[in-house]
Amino acid sequence: MEKKKAALPKSWSLENLEDGRMVLNMGPSHPAMHGIVRVLLTVQGERVMDSDVEIGYLHRGFEKTCENVTYNQCVPYTDRLNYVSPLINNVGYALAVEKLMDIEAPARTQYIRVIMSELSRLTDHLTCIAASAMELGGFTVYFYLINAREVIYRLTDSAAGGRITPAYTRVGGLTRDLPPEFGRDAAEAFKVVRRNLSDADKMLTRNRIFYDRMHGVGHISKEDAIALSFTGPALRSTGVPLDVRKATPYLVYDRFDFDIPVGSNGDSYDRYLIRMEEMNQSMRIVEQALDQLPEGPINHPDLNVILPPKEEVYGNIEALMAHFKLTFEGVKPPKGEVYQAVEGGNGELGFYIVSDGSGKPWRLRLRPPCFALTAGLSQMIKGGYIADIVATFGQINMIGGELER
Amino acid sequence: MNSYLLETLKSKFPGAVLETHAFRGDQTAVINKGSLAEVAAFLKGELGFDFLMDLTAVDYAPREPRFELVVHFYSSKHNYRLRLKCPVEAGEPEVASLTPLWPGANWFEREVYDMFGIKFEGHPDLRRILMYDGFEGHPLRKDYPLKKRQPRIPHRD
Repeated sequence: MEKKKAALPKSWSLENLEDGRMVLNMGPSHPAMHGIVRVLLTVQGERVMDSDVEIGYLHRGFEKTCENVTYNQCVPYTDRLNYVSPLINNVGYALAVEKLMDIEAPARTQYIRVIMSELSRLTDHLTCIAASAMELGGFTVYFYLINAREVIYRLTDSAAGGRITPAYTRVGGLTRDLPPEFGRDAAEAFKVVRRNLSDADKMLTRNRIFYDRMHGVGHISKEDAIALSFTGPALRSTGVPLDVRKATPYLVYDRFDFDIPVGSNGDSYDRYLIRMEEMNQSMRIVEQALDQLPEGPINHPDLNVILPPKEEVYGNIEALMAHFKLTFEGVKPPKGEVYQAVEGGNGELGFYIVSDGSGKPWRLRLRPPCFALTAGLSQMIKGGYIADIVATFGQINMIGGELER
Repeated sequence: MNSYLLETLKSKFPGAVLETHAFRGDQTAVINKGSLAEVAAFLKGELGFDFLMDLTAVDYAPREPRFELVVHFYSSKHNYRLRLKCPVEAGEPEVASLTPLWPGANWFEREVYDMFGIKFEGHPDLRRILMYDGFEGHPLRKDYPLKKRQPRIPHRD
């Protein structure tokens, strides 16, 4: 094992530059750097002159791993991407593979996937605002919203079997159907969520301190946001009404009546308001979906796509063979490539899958929405105070699992 | 309407466009890597593709040209999506950078460099982004084994 003299990277040394600027390290291990990100700041007094954002502390090799396992075995890995909204990742991945295979899941499955996506969006926004408020000092809001998130987790747990690692979708369907009391449990859960949200709203939205710390902070213009490939609440806060659910509706989103909140200032306060309103819209969608939920099977009928029911596997030879092939070799989509975009909590979550006809993906690429947002962080904090970094970073909602896969 | 986009590209850049297809509704154009900057500027300026959604690469190992740079564009005005692919051969893989047109391409290109080793000409700051300084190799290449060990990094104060 040879000892290498590694040259120190240029950005490593903390120094005092001439003209009074100082290089400061907002290190990877920091209470406000959600999911470890390192920001090397060049400050003049308290003002940030320049910054270098360093990521990669949570890179786990998701894309490389998925090239070595079958398509359905990738689903638990997708849970761990955006770990606060795991069902959106599951749904996005299943949709991408189904698009590649040119099959469509049954109607009931599509409604259930919409319900689960919106519940995941609720948990994502609840966590973002809770953590954001806590970092600015509002601990109470954190507990109110985390309590609200808890009832949502219990709801998804009852359906999927896991709170933040549900692995609920399969290619062509779902693992299991909703429990019979789901509608009633959802109504109870939403009462709690609405009550806690209104409490948090009363404590934050017109709060002098919160407003002063968030308004005008982390500003980005519309043209810059588009040039930096922002999507999601950060883009909508600048005034661009782009939402994948409305622009290119997937699943059954075109059957629901919902609005997308759009801001105007491009600052952190607008992003906060957009997230609060999106949560109300998500609950609206779930209620409509539960009303319209059709009866029927939840798995695609073709034996080459999804495991047949157990009774048939034990009785019927075709089902047994299909079960064997699907388990050992995996689902086999045709050769080709496909890109499927879904609306994640932070923006457009894109799955790009290249298939070579075998049971394992040749290349599985995830387009992380917060990658572009974190790239734009440098520009958003320039000229602001060090304390503003906390407010800005909180509302970008950078999730380490998704950023670095 | 669907093939209008690909037809326009083919007629405007007859030498550059190697192939076009629309598989499962995704329109794709394969262009040669020398014309990438020109075609991208045309897409942004004339056709109104304002979003560079994704920039990545794929390693088709035994095939020559080995890599393929894949860029996804989105036009919010017209709601079109387009995929551009550029074959890049193995030897000294280098492509023109798209950062002058879209600043957002900066980090995407750094990631492609990190994971595949494809260099971008004209990139302001091409260095590793996901892997640490001192990492040897390019992980997403097909000849990089899944469980490869790395040499130890000397202690840094």
